[in-house]
Amino acid sequence: MPIRRVLIANRGEIAARIIRTCRTLGLETVLAASAADRDSLPARFATRTVCIGPARPSESYLKVETIVHAALATECDAIHPGYGFLSERAPLASLCEQNNVIFIGPTAAQIEAVGDKLRARSEAQAADVPVVPGGSVSSVDEAVTLGQSIGAPLLVKAVGGGGGRGMKRVDRLEDLPGAMELASAEAGAAFGDARVYLERFIASGRHVEVQVLGDGKGHVIHLGERDCSVQRRYQKLIEETPAPGISEKLRNALHAAAVRFAERLAYRGAGTVEFLVDSQRDAFYFLEMNARIQVEHPVTEAVTGVDLIAEQIAVANGEGLRLKQGEIRRNGCAIECRVNAEDPANDFRPSPGLVREAVWPAGEGIRVDTHIVSGSRVPPFYDSLMAKIIAHAPDRFAALERLRSAIASTRITGVATNLPFHAEVLSDPEFQAGGVDTGYLARRAQPKVEVGRG
Amino acid sequence: MSLTAADVAEILRLLEQSSFDELTLEINGTKLSLKRGAAAGGSANAGAARDASAGGFAGAGAGSGAGAGTSAGGAAASGVGTGRGAAGTDARLAAYGAQSGSTSLNSTAPSASNPGLHQNNSPNQAATHAVPTRTSDPSLHDVPSPLLGTFYRSPKPGAPPFVEVGATVTEETIVAIIEVMKLMNTVRAGVRGTVTEILSADGTLVEYDQPILRIRKSAG
Repeated sequence: MPIRRVLIANRGEIAARIIRTCRTLGLETVLAASAADRDSLPARFATRTVCIGPARPSESYLKVETIVHAALATECDAIHPGYGFLSERAPLASLCEQNNVIFIGPTAAQIEAVGDKLRARSEAQAADVPVVPGGSVSSVDEAVTLGQSIGAPLLVKAVGGGGGRGMKRVDRLEDLPGAMELASAEAGAAFGDARVYLERFIASGRHVEVQVLGDGKGHVIHLGERDCSVQRRYQKLIEETPAPGISEKLRNALHAAAVRFAERLAYRGAGTVEFLVDSQRDAFYFLEMNARIQVEHPVTEAVTGVDLIAEQIAVANGEGLRLKQGEIRRNGCAIECRVNAEDPANDFRPSPGLVREAVWPAGEGIRVDTHIVSGSRVPPFYDSLMAKIIAHAPDRFAALERLRSAIASTRITGVATNLPFHAEVLSDPEFQAGGVDTGYLARRAQPKVEVGRG
Repeated sequence: MSLTAADVAEILRLLEQSSFDELTLEINGTKLSLKRGAAAGGSANAGAARDASAGGFAGAGAGSGAGAGTSAGGAAASGVGTGRGAAGTDARLAAYGAQSGSTSLNSTAPSASNPGLHQNNSPNQAATHAVPTRTSDPSLHDVPSPLLGTFYRSPKPGAPPFVEVGATVTEETIVAIIEVMKLMNTVRAGVRGTVTEILSADGTLVEYDQPILRIRKSAG
């Protein structure tokens, strides 16, 4: 059954992004919006918008039954979950499966397999993909024994966590029992799963991830890697492709490892395999797989010319992989900045409110993914992502220049944004040299910029 | 104590399984009367509900002639509300429909009373909808749907509605059911007064906070 109408179970820039591709493909869209997003730009772009509940995500965007009911009642053939919210919750994928609604994403079983970080670790090992030394621990005694064999510093990680959530760093082994109990209690409360595992803490590493596409039958291709090492408290702020300054041998090994991992799961749709890379030693370790479209997917689209949302829909529609590995060409470099409604002069405190004026950049090699126009609101209930500015150019230096100039010509008033922070980082010789590690931002002094509220 | 939505759902389920045709329950002044309609199994029932919701949805387009047109965006509305199932056309959606080259918004669609027979599967069904406008008259109260779901006026197909126009209600009177993936949620009047209008058609999709029923508040 071909997909004709898609329910979008998300908000913000990604909802606008998905609607854009659906329109190109001639598909109708129904946006499932909370009361806070009823007048948003995606709500105006969608063929139809239905209000699914109050602003609070637990009463709207996170309600599996409501989303599926809305899809059935508006006669949608498929649901696109975007990222975040229900995108990696197996219950939505399975309720779709039960009701003959196509879930544009992996199977419920695949979501479960990669959502359980311990299970994902063992799948990685089985696919001959290196993992960080560590393992599961079910008691404090076990943790201490394993901790001694790995050595400090360590990370105690929640099995149900991911993306930087549910982690505790332990610098001295004598702190391990306390950290383990606390992490387990917190994981139980946050993820409904108190299981934790230990990993060696690798102080200096780069976050490099590989974009894959699978047909669900065991065929997987990759679309290159993205370096997302510029992170603040595990939140990515700048992403780029290709990863600068790594050897071709390492790059190829990363791509091959990601494909092996996804092939082992017979992964369906678009996914990302994340690695921690030790570029000095040409070594890498599997971190996790994200079973969804990523925020930073546009940099991959910029260099490959592939519309990843369209490929997600094609796979969901049973068309399989429309591209062979040999047909994926990567041209030039692309860099993305996440523009957040956060005040860098105030410890990046969220700055929701009314956007009085929004002037986004344009020009050769510049792409802006956003749902914000003059007069839009940044509601306080959701993450503060306002836009992604992506620059593409034949080489990294030119892409950086384009991005700097794009940021300089962006004007947002009414809410504070992290644009001054981006301008600083992009001008920093260390970042310009390429290849910073995930500790880069923490080591850097707070940007000394005065940020006015427009 | 008072009846919760879960209580009523459970009572409905029990009645469904029982050999009784009618149940009247009174707890602290809240009166709940449930009657069985034509005999139908649970799953067949659910199927009927699904069809009704799809058919009713198609029907909304047909009703648009009766409705007062609402302006684009619907929020800055034209005072008095539209009739039941009425679809004031949204200028933006009409424009989109024209762009995509599909049939007009006022294309014929079967009525909601013919749920199984909606052959008009024009893609525009997704675009033909309108949410009734909230009243601005302070003597009136519009009961909002607490959830997105399918609006049912009666406890089950064929049974008399919870309330008709003219019915006297108290805050606790159950006036409707909103079904979400076969889970029934009851809606209470919230005010004392008299029902003046039913704003949504039985078996149609209602959105969160959409007015489903209008009540003239009683004095005092």
